[in-house]
Amino acid sequence: MRAAVSRQHRWWALVALTVVAVVLLAIMISLAVAIGEIAIPLSTTARAVSNRIFGTSFELNRIHQGIVWDYRLSRALVAASAGASLALCGVVLQAMLRNPLAEPYVLGISAGASTGAVCVMILGLGYGALTLSGGAFIGAIVAFLLVGVLAAGAGRSSERIILCGVAGSQLFNALTSYIVTTSANAEQARGVLFWLLGSMSGVRWSDVYLSVPVAIAGYLACLFHARALDAFAFGTDAAAALGIAVRRVQVVLFGITALMTAAVVSMVGSIGFVGLVIPHAARFIVGPSHHRLLPATALGGAIFMVFADIVSRIIIPQQILPIGVVTALFGAPAFAIILFRARRSV
Amino acid sequence: MSIAVENVAYAAGKTIVVDGVTLAVEQGKVLGLLGPNGSGKSSLLRLICRLRRVDSGIIRLAEQDIAAIPRANLARRVAFVEQQATTDTQLTVRDVVQLGRTPHRGLLSPWGVDDDLAVEDALARVDMAHRADQFWHTLSGGERQRVHIARALAQTPSELLLDEPTNHLDIQHQLEILSLVTRLGVTSIIALHDLNLAAMFCDSLAVLQNGKVVAAGAPQEVLTEHLIARVFGVRAHIERSAVHGRYNIQYAMG
Repeated sequence: MRAAVSRQHRWWALVALTVVAVVLLAIMISLAVAIGEIAIPLSTTARAVSNRIFGTSFELNRIHQGIVWDYRLSRALVAASAGASLALCGVVLQAMLRNPLAEPYVLGISAGASTGAVCVMILGLGYGALTLSGGAFIGAIVAFLLVGVLAAGAGRSSERIILCGVAGSQLFNALTSYIVTTSANAEQARGVLFWLLGSMSGVRWSDVYLSVPVAIAGYLACLFHARALDAFAFGTDAAAALGIAVRRVQVVLFGITALMTAAVVSMVGSIGFVGLVIPHAARFIVGPSHHRLLPATALGGAIFMVFADIVSRIIIPQQILPIGVVTALFGAPAFAIILFRARRSV
Repeated sequence: MSIAVENVAYAAGKTIVVDGVTLAVEQGKVLGLLGPNGSGKSSLLRLICRLRRVDSGIIRLAEQDIAAIPRANLARRVAFVEQQATTDTQLTVRDVVQLGRTPHRGLLSPWGVDDDLAVEDALARVDMAHRADQFWHTLSGGERQRVHIARALAQTPSELLLDEPTNHLDIQHQLEILSLVTRLGVTSIIALHDLNLAAMFCDSLAVLQNGKVVAAGAPQEVLTEHLIARVFGVRAHIERSAVHGRYNIQYAMG
């Protein structure tokens, strides 16, 4: 009886929290559109969006209309969906591998994507048939398979998988450095550096049409497996004893995280720390149950990434910082704080 | 028969772990699985709940081959308590016990009154109801074991498999847990190290050595001084206890 009442309380707290998070995300995206070298009032933003979506005909400065729609809104939407995807990958990998350090960046998937991109950009692999994004996508999948094979050979304990990820990252980073130092000119090297640190410039609506569906489909697939993710808390044997089809769930969820990461990295480069920090922060707020944790993580990742993008554009006047630098600069201290607070609450 | 194991063999790599084991447990009875370390007790339990697949032989639950039972259906029948399973996730005692309801819930079915009742009942049975909101990682080894058993009870199984459930428990809780399990009326197989506890609580015993059953039957038939010397390499003196009427084993030094 008491459990039921307290559950009802928690239910309302959850609804309130969700509303707050969604509103926060909307505000964040509006700010991302408004803030920049040319400040655009929110009212103009609203009108520009309404002109394009609802076919209204507010009189607007053509340049403002263009900046809002073609440049900043698409960028904010890609940032939000990429943040949600990366954070979801982190939470799923952490649950499946039972390791709090697991995330796409640590497991070498992002490094593989970078190598793939560099192969196309500098070595000209694919003879023009393969775009930079295509190369990154293939690189991410190859890296994921390689780490998977390494881990299967080394025994499937969770520390070993992280070590395999570290080994994979080192290998791909070395390959990338080798290609860059032996074959790249100065301009290409600068382009690669940007890719390695993550970059939102050059994002267009075509990216939105890929990145938003990927985030939503990935989210729904993860939510579908929320109970299985809970059951992994005590390991694969315990999950199987609770009736979870462990092998099938592993194949499906690892596959989904690989595809989501590959899609994100192919658009915006490798961005670290989102997959690591956001799931821990979300767990701290809503607890370990994946029915609550997955939505909290997705929203948290989206808000954080849009915020990081805003900061990357305004922190240095006249210059845009790679977004990966910002996520790491904010993420690392936040992570430390989470660790300390979690320890104190024990 | 509630559980019937017929001529089952299993090898991990090239090492034969379970070697032609045949045994059976009647509905509602408790079978004690004895044997030295590495004799195949844990592996046999894992085979019975299909965490590992048999290389040959058949395991039946109520006459049905477990290989033909879907995993979720199997988990609604058979609950398994592993040795020392732990987690880094910040779960409360209640969270852990609620995991036991996993196989009973459909994809869209919300948490129900039945689930609440099963969880509360399981917590009460292992005397952990008052600690339901405490975090898992603050519990002692014995308390964790009791929570695992509560999780298994929340599964409302008709067959219960326990791998050395009294490890880490103080003597009071050893007795409590075993008398709790034996009073459930659920068909149970318990891997045990303590021969006296096995004699006190089990309806029948099976002794494993190098993956083979070397003795099986009622406790008084199985536990002989000769067998204990042969399997465990220990001299023992056995007599009927004046206190509880069951067999009591005293070990001789040297």
